[in-house]
Parts: sequence; structure tokens; C-alpha cells
Amino acid sequence: MTTDIASSSRRPIRWGHAWRHAILLTATFVALVPTVYMISTALKSQDEYVVDKVGFPSVLVLDHFREALVDSPFLGWMLNSTILVLGAVGLSAFVSCLAAYAIARLSFRGRDTLFAISTSLMAVPPVVMIVPLFVLYTQLSLISTFRGAIVIYAGLITPFSVYLLTTFFRTLPKELFESARIDGASDFSILWRIVLPLSLPALLTLVVVNALFVWNDLLIAIIFLQDDAKRTLMAGISVFQGRYNNQIPLTMAGMVIASAPMVILYIAFQKYFIRGLMAGAIK
Amino acid sequence: MFRSQRLTPYLFVLPLVVLLCFVFGYPIVRIVEFSFKMVRGIDGPWIGFRNYELVLNQPLFWESVSHNLILLLAIPVMVAVSLLISIVLYERIRGWKLYRVVLFLPYILAIPIVAIVLKKMFQFSGPVNEVLRWMSLDFLALDWIGSSDVALWTVVLVVIWRESALGTILFLARLLSLDESLLEAATLEGATWWQKVRYVILPQMKGVIEFYVVVSVITMLAAVFAYVYMIGGGRGGPGTSTWVLELYIFNALIRTSLPGIASAVSVMLLVVSILLIFPLFAARRHAREEELV
Repeated sequence: MTTDIASSSRRPIRWGHAWRHAILLTATFVALVPTVYMISTALKSQDEYVVDKVGFPSVLVLDHFREALVDSPFLGWMLNSTILVLGAVGLSAFVSCLAAYAIARLSFRGRDTLFAISTSLMAVPPVVMIVPLFVLYTQLSLISTFRGAIVIYAGLITPFSVYLLTTFFRTLPKELFESARIDGASDFSILWRIVLPLSLPALLTLVVVNALFVWNDLLIAIIFLQDDAKRTLMAGISVFQGRYNNQIPLTMAGMVIASAPMVILYIAFQKYFIRGLMAGAIK
Repeated sequence: MFRSQRLTPYLFVLPLVVLLCFVFGYPIVRIVEFSFKMVRGIDGPWIGFRNYELVLNQPLFWESVSHNLILLLAIPVMVAVSLLISIVLYERIRGWKLYRVVLFLPYILAIPIVAIVLKKMFQFSGPVNEVLRWMSLDFLALDWIGSSDVALWTVVLVVIWRESALGTILFLARLLSLDESLLEAATLEGATWWQKVRYVILPQMKGVIEFYVVVSVITMLAAVFAYVYMIGGGRGGPGTSTWVLELYIFNALIRTSLPGIASAVSVMLLVVSILLIFPLFAARRHAREEELV
């Protein structure tokens, strides 16, 4: 799905504005309330929260952040999640670049079937795969190993990656490949030197969509990484919130810490995120 | 040299084939096999349809199915909300880019985080009820999380809140690729806002709406684990009121160690998702054809 975002700066339509702002402001309010509540509560003292759950904190309290960070290994969980994201997104990108190049640019038997099967796997929910993989991993002692989980995540995101890259590679001009081939370049060097540098927008979409999937996943994480030392951020916060059931400001401080990396990345690179999400949405 | 040229494509797709066979092919074959076996540990004897009989005779299974079906009711609301927001955003009024950054935010936040924050907000003595009481809407101040009659509907609300952001992203992407000459022509002819939406915009968005609906159906039936796990305290609570099929599989596999039972339910979900793949592809094709118009 290609979207001409460059044209979006034009402003061709102007149909009276007040109620449109009203709709967008309402939606913005609803979209922001949980985040505002989370941050505001995290900065409130426990005593103040008991009395006033809605208002902003009268005195800013930072202790909950310190307490959350000291008592729970948020940074360790984030490190684990980062390892999984890098491993899975990297492995999937490698596998899908090679395959998408072959599917888009080379001819071989079974090409269309392979592409159709790979694409249709996007619709199969991950939960269907877990039972046999869990049994197999138990047998092979791969439970609670990063390499085991990375392979599963990479597999789950690869159908989308192949689909996106194949459709993108097909849009690249044919002459590019022909002239490179006449110069005697091998397929691998065409892919590496010519195709990939031109595919940065598609690769970016891939990284955004896939990294969000792996970082935010809970199901695979709690089944395949049961060891405390291997816990991901999402599995970690599920333990964390259970431990501090009634200490809501402390819980919210944990949630602020947990959501900070992605929200900061989103705000810093909003252009790329939005472009990536909109292009990847057809998934 | 010539031979290696012919082999190249196969070498390029080999890693893909291996990876997909491992993560999709192997599990799909084995769940079917497991679903007919009494698996203890890593394997077990064939027992025919016993797993299916056990599952189909269990009230909890049917309760889970009914909960997944209730979640489907979120979809029309999600479609309506996403359409309204994306169409208004598309009109590019002042500050639409800033609105867009904020309105996509729910989709950036991880489901477990969203679920925990909203769970605390909707607690009986939480801020939502505090505001409702302050507005003298006491009758609306329900026990959103703790009552087994209400909890599933709270999950529906949370799902709508987050998944509408995906709809907005998708619809806006489609809208930005619309041919604007039609809209300009309609404007010149004095069409009202509603006429433009009804007769110019919506017909061109049929494909992408279909696509979103099918994707959301798959989500509601088989990808709500994180919501329910967090809101229902890991056990689909209170009682079994937020129990869904994924939790059923998770429970059978991890807590009661019955991979055969978990596989039987997985096979049923697989069959449903295979049946949904066909409308999904038809919808994707329509969505792509729209782009080309």
C-alpha cells in the first residue's frame, strides 16, 4: 500500500470548521486521558490518591519512580525485550529481503505458490502455533532461551515482511536490475548494493511495525520465557502490577517507566512512525 | 556458473521456507496430530475424537466462545469511530497533524500497559466512577472490573479504545490516496458534507473497511489475550466472566498440562482463521483495486 503523504500538506477542502475541531478535541481527550491519568497518578502520594483520584497532584512526588526502579528490574526487562526485538526484527529482515528479492525479481518454480502461502499466514493467529512449539521447546530445552523466542517472533513477523518487501521490490524499475546484471553483478550484490539502499522507506515501515509487535507481545513472552532472568518488559509489568495491587501510584510509576521507551521513540521519530504505521496498516 | 544461476532463487528463498516450516508448518501439522492424542509430556496414545468431545462438553469452552462472540460487537463501534475521526482528519483542518500524532498514540502504547491503566481507572472506587458520581450519574458508576456482569463489557470498551486507532490509521492512509478531483467536483456542485461522505468518500472506502472488519474479526476471536489476561487478573475473572478461547488454550497448555485439549481448541481456531483468510484476501484485493482507480 503506497500512500502519497507528500500531497497531504496541500489543503484543498475547507468545509466549515468548528464542529470538526469539536470531534477531534473530544477524540484527543479520550485518547489522552489514560496517559494523563497514568502520569499524574504516578506523581501523587499514596495518601493523596486515596482522597483525590482525579485531580492533578498538589505536591509532585518522585519516590514511586525510585521505588519501582529499585524494587523491580525494569531496566533488565527492557534489555531483554530489546534483545528480542533486535534479534527477531534483524533475523526476519534478513530472511525476508532475500526471499522477497527472489519472489519479486527472479523466476523459479513454485514462486507464486510460496508467495501466496507466505501471505496467507499473516491471517493465522499466533496462539494456534504455541502448543506444539511449547512441547518441542520443552523437549529441546529451548524454553526460557532468547534464541528460541527470537526464532518464534521472527517467524511470526516474517509473512508480513515478505509481503511488504515483495510488493515494494516489484515497484522498482526493471532497467536498474538489467543494467546491473549486464555489468556482471551477482544477485546478492544487486540486492545489497542497489535494491536495499533504495528500499529504506519500506525497511523503515518493517522495523516500526515489527518492533512494535515484538516489544508489545505478551502471549509468547509469558509462555516461552518463564525464567525470571529472561522476562520481557510486558511479562514483567504483569508481575509488577500483581505485586502492588493497591498501591496505584506506584503501579502507575511502573507503567510510565514501561511505556516511556516507545512513547519517546514515537515522539522523536513521529514522521517515520506515522509513515510506517500507515504503510504497514494493510497488514 | 550456469547451474549456480539457476539455483540462486532457491538459495534465496531457502531461509524463508525453513523459517515458515518451523514456526507455522510444523505446529499446524502437530496440533492436528496432538488433537487426536492423549498427550502427556511430549507424546501419547491416539484417542480419536475424545479431546474434542471433552472440550465440546465443557461449559467453560462454550462460555469462552460466547465471550469471543460478544467481543465482535466492538467492531461496528470501532468502524464508526475510526471512520468519523479519519474523515475529519482528512479534511486537514488546522493542526490536523498534531491531532494525528495524538490519535495514533493508543496504538503505540502496549496492550498490557493500556489494560493495566484502564483497569485502575475503572475500579469501583476509581477515577471514572468518581467523575460519574460527581456528575450525579451514580447509576452509571458500575463495578466495571469487579462485577461478573459488567467486566466483559469493560474489556469491550478497552478494546474499542485501542483498536479504533488502527482503524483510524488504516482509513486515513486510504483517504490520503483518494483521487481528489471527484471531491472537488462535488464541492463545486454544492454537495453538502454528508452527501460528499455518503456518495463520494464511502463508496471508495468499501475495500479498506471490509479489510479492517475481517482483520478485527480475527483479532476478537483469537488475539485479545493481552487485554483479558491483564484485566481479568490472569484468570479471566471475576469468576470466568472474561474467559476467552486463547485463555482456554493457555490454561490447558501451561496450567493443567493438557496439550491434547489445547490442541483441539487450537485446531478449531485454525479452521476459523482459514475460513476467514478467503474474505480477507478478497477484501485486500478490493482495497488494492480501489487504490488503482
